Amino acid sequence: MTVTAYLASLNILRLFKNMPGGIAQGIIWGLMALGIYITFRLLDVADLTVDGSFTTGGAVAVMLILAGQNVWVAMLAALLAGILAGLVTGLLHTKLGIPVILAGILTQFSLYSINLRIMGMAANKAVSVDKFNLILSSRHVPSAILKGILIALALISFFYWYFGTEQGCSIRATGSNPNMSRAQGINVDSMKVLGLAISNGIVAFAGGLMAQYQGFADINMGRGAIVIGLAAVIIGEVLGRAILGKKLNFFGTMSFTVLGGAVYYLVVIVVLWLKFNSNDLKLFTALIVALFLAVPYLKEQSRSSFRALKRREDSKNA
Amino acid sequence: MLELINVRKTFNPGTVNEKKALQGLDIKLNEGDFVTVIGGNGAGKSTMLNAVAGVWPVDEGRIILDGQDITALPEYKRAALIGRVFQDPMMGTAPNMWMEENLALALRRGSRRGLRWGISKAEREMFVEKLRTLELGLEDRMTAKVGLLSGGQRQALTLLMASLKKPKLLLLDEHTAALDPATAAKVLEISDQIVRENNLTTLMITHNMSDAIKHGNRLIMMNEGRIIFDVSGEEKKNLTKAQLMELFAHHSGTSLESDQVLLSK
Repeated sequence: MTVTAYLASLNILRLFKNMPGGIAQGIIWGLMALGIYITFRLLDVADLTVDGSFTTGGAVAVMLILAGQNVWVAMLAALLAGILAGLVTGLLHTKLGIPVILAGILTQFSLYSINLRIMGMAANKAVSVDKFNLILSSRHVPSAILKGILIALALISFFYWYFGTEQGCSIRATGSNPNMSRAQGINVDSMKVLGLAISNGIVAFAGGLMAQYQGFADINMGRGAIVIGLAAVIIGEVLGRAILGKKLNFFGTMSFTVLGGAVYYLVVIVVLWLKFNSNDLKLFTALIVALFLAVPYLKEQSRSSFRALKRREDSKNA
Repeated sequence: MLELINVRKTFNPGTVNEKKALQGLDIKLNEGDFVTVIGGNGAGKSTMLNAVAGVWPVDEGRIILDGQDITALPEYKRAALIGRVFQDPMMGTAPNMWMEENLALALRRGSRRGLRWGISKAEREMFVEKLRTLELGLEDRMTAKVGLLSGGQRQALTLLMASLKKPKLLLLDEHTAALDPATAAKVLEISDQIVRENNLTTLMITHNMSDAIKHGNRLIMMNEGRIIFDVSGEEKKNLTKAQLMELFAHHSGTSLESDQVLLSK
């Protein structure tokens, strides 16, 4: 296929048509990224539980909706299921001394079996928007975007309040300096468990929304959630700093995290529109996240490394 | 006020790295005592402070603070009674949080941390007043991240944090060792001021013998996990460096050429 033929095959209208759906899905991933922000940025740990708890949230929500429960009750149950998952990781870490990354992997791994059981040993459970009164659905994209934004605003407002309270400040202090926190009478272990629980609660809640949006819960829907969440957090930070600079406060950072999710998914839509193989998406995402995680380090290196020193010396002598 | 009874601690027991850090330590501090602690490296000074702070449980012995047996209390629970400043200026503050947030965290040491807002307007004003007395210009930087402060500023802030909620005991673990001489002097001056104003019972480790003589009302010297020498009052005031070295030689059974030896032993 020649370049002109390839370009001619790209239909810009199709791209525009797909964009709103991408934004809606991106906002849901962005909501999940709020949970990841709590562990990754506030607690300073990488919690891999989320790949499992995202699916757990979807599975619990769908099963309860199918059982005739009110959709908000189902979402509350999804939230609680996620909190439970985070609790397990937190206790594995603090009570049994397992490194937090490994504790997360163990919980995530075990959740695969648990999620299958929740879904009655099926890998996939559909929930039709025609039969049930869902919060949002890909069939009504504009309303899904609006509801996603409203939920995001509610969650961000809640976190803005919570992390300003005495308890929330203790969680932040624990992530910033555990030594200082203990010396100031903070139970560091409890704060880690609490942070992990809240984070996974939000992730599972987002999983419940995603299952409704796509019309099914799938055993693999959470695969790579941690990477997508990190992508959203990082894209959000870069955008936030570029647009607001020093005026970027906690509220802004969280808002940009959700926006980061939407931007991430728009990029995905564009990449797919360019006819990249969708199976390569995870590779692309991982590369982008690795790149953005590396940027602060490389920037520092270019300023103060032995190699940079040698280069400076060489150019001086030349 | 503080009493240590036959406290023992061995690190890495049963290995080649076994280190008997505290070997039956006994000491009793009276209310308002400001005790300077000197001794060579490995004498057990920091280990004593960490035992009191509860960084790890001791092997043997009892620790009593303000009439309460705290031997079995974890570090974060003892914190209600104890204020601490560390040798490393990075250790005592949360670098990613604002200065006023750090102070607000310290003010709640020992209280239940619930869902009330983390800092109040009245507290903010009180912090500004307290910071002003340090004369470091910190009162204008309440919403600066503490990570941006210099080592000396951080130690001064940590001192204030340690005393904001008046502790039963203040532990200063070589808190000026990482600072340049001028800054160290300023931080020591602030330490004196805070201890005096709050009448705090204090244990201060220092490597500087002149500082040990100049500050506080009591001086103890440690060697091999025990206290070998304890003076207070007039006798302490009239001490000289030469006398200290002589005393060290007498009590430890080693002779010393200069204070350098004491520092590096």
